[in-house]
Amino acid sequence: MRFMIIRKADPDTEAGVMPTQALVDAMMRYNQELIDAGVMRGGEGLQPSVKGARIRFSGGTPAVVDGPFAEAKELIAGYTIIDVAGREEAIAWARRWPVEDGGGEVELEIRQAYTADDFGEFAPDLREMEERMRAAGQP
Amino acid sequence: MTTTEETHRAIDAVWRIESAKLIAGLARMVHGDVGLAEDLAQDALLAALEQWPRDGVPRNPGAWLMSAARRRAIDTFRRGKLLERKHEELAYELDAERERAVPDLDAALDDPVGDDLLRLVFTCCHPVLSVEARVALTLRMLGGLTTEEIARAFLVPVPTVAQRIVRAKKTIADAKVPFEVPRGADLQARLSSVLGVVYLIFNEGYSATAGGDWMRPALCEDALRLGRILAELAPR
Repeated sequence: MRFMIIRKADPDTEAGVMPTQALVDAMMRYNQELIDAGVMRGGEGLQPSVKGARIRFSGGTPAVVDGPFAEAKELIAGYTIIDVAGREEAIAWARRWPVEDGGGEVELEIRQAYTADDFGEFAPDLREMEERMRAAGQP
Repeated sequence: MTTTEETHRAIDAVWRIESAKLIAGLARMVHGDVGLAEDLAQDALLAALEQWPRDGVPRNPGAWLMSAARRRAIDTFRRGKLLERKHEELAYELDAERERAVPDLDAALDDPVGDDLLRLVFTCCHPVLSVEARVALTLRMLGGLTTEEIARAFLVPVPTVAQRIVRAKKTIADAKVPFEVPRGADLQARLSSVLGVVYLIFNEGYSATAGGDWMRPALCEDALRLGRILAELAPR
């Protein structure tokens, strides 16, 4: 089962404060642990919302709103995707998140990804197409 | 759900994350005796099941399990069935290692375990074992699956799997299979054996179509995970 570990934003990430060397090292160790366990499927750290934009559709018409966006806690600063046996394992991995991050004040959220099976019976050709698209999207 | 149940599920998750590393590290410590390493790891798991529901899941569960297993190793050797010199030395080594480890368990865990894991992979998939035994041992020692889970996944009775694992450990001990990564010409053949096991596990899950037990399709995920571990570890 695939889970996303979402690292919520905070004032520092929104201000674009660069991580300390200690945090970079700790993050590298953590990521390597995920890789060694065969569960790592990818992830990114995200730049502050000031560099982002929101595209809001209303009546089918898109309107672009430039960042930054208020309420740092509701934004995300990064994500890691892991493939694990279940929710408990995802939580167990999230609990190991480096304490160096955010000076020990961090909020993570885990969310499970849908798979084709969750949508019931896909027509076989649709399923095949989906698998092909996924394969093409792999690094 | 009660807290105890929650803790037990947390322990299952920790076990899945830690067991392979734990067994691999212990195997090196007890001079390559994979069977003993697995017993020690299981003892540590039992200790966790006893203590964590009471005291909570420790901050560093991997280090906790490792030091519980080490203590157990020392006790086992001290209790004296095996009081040959070699084992006294080993107990001494373990003691010394524990002394060193106490103030710095975190650092100890950061030690590279990759080589030990790879040795464990090659040992579990050694050609001296039957194919069924390789599969069972690999799922148990590297996949962190219980005997019951393996039995359910392969639609065989639990005692059959338990027996397979006991025999496999004995075969490894009798044949004095070294705890090492093969080199040279040997490597290619042995690697094929490892990949064959991963393929078999995947295939078993893949051929289990809808309506079956969820344990069977989960084998695909176990195989993929093993594959990713190998891709990272395998000598290039």
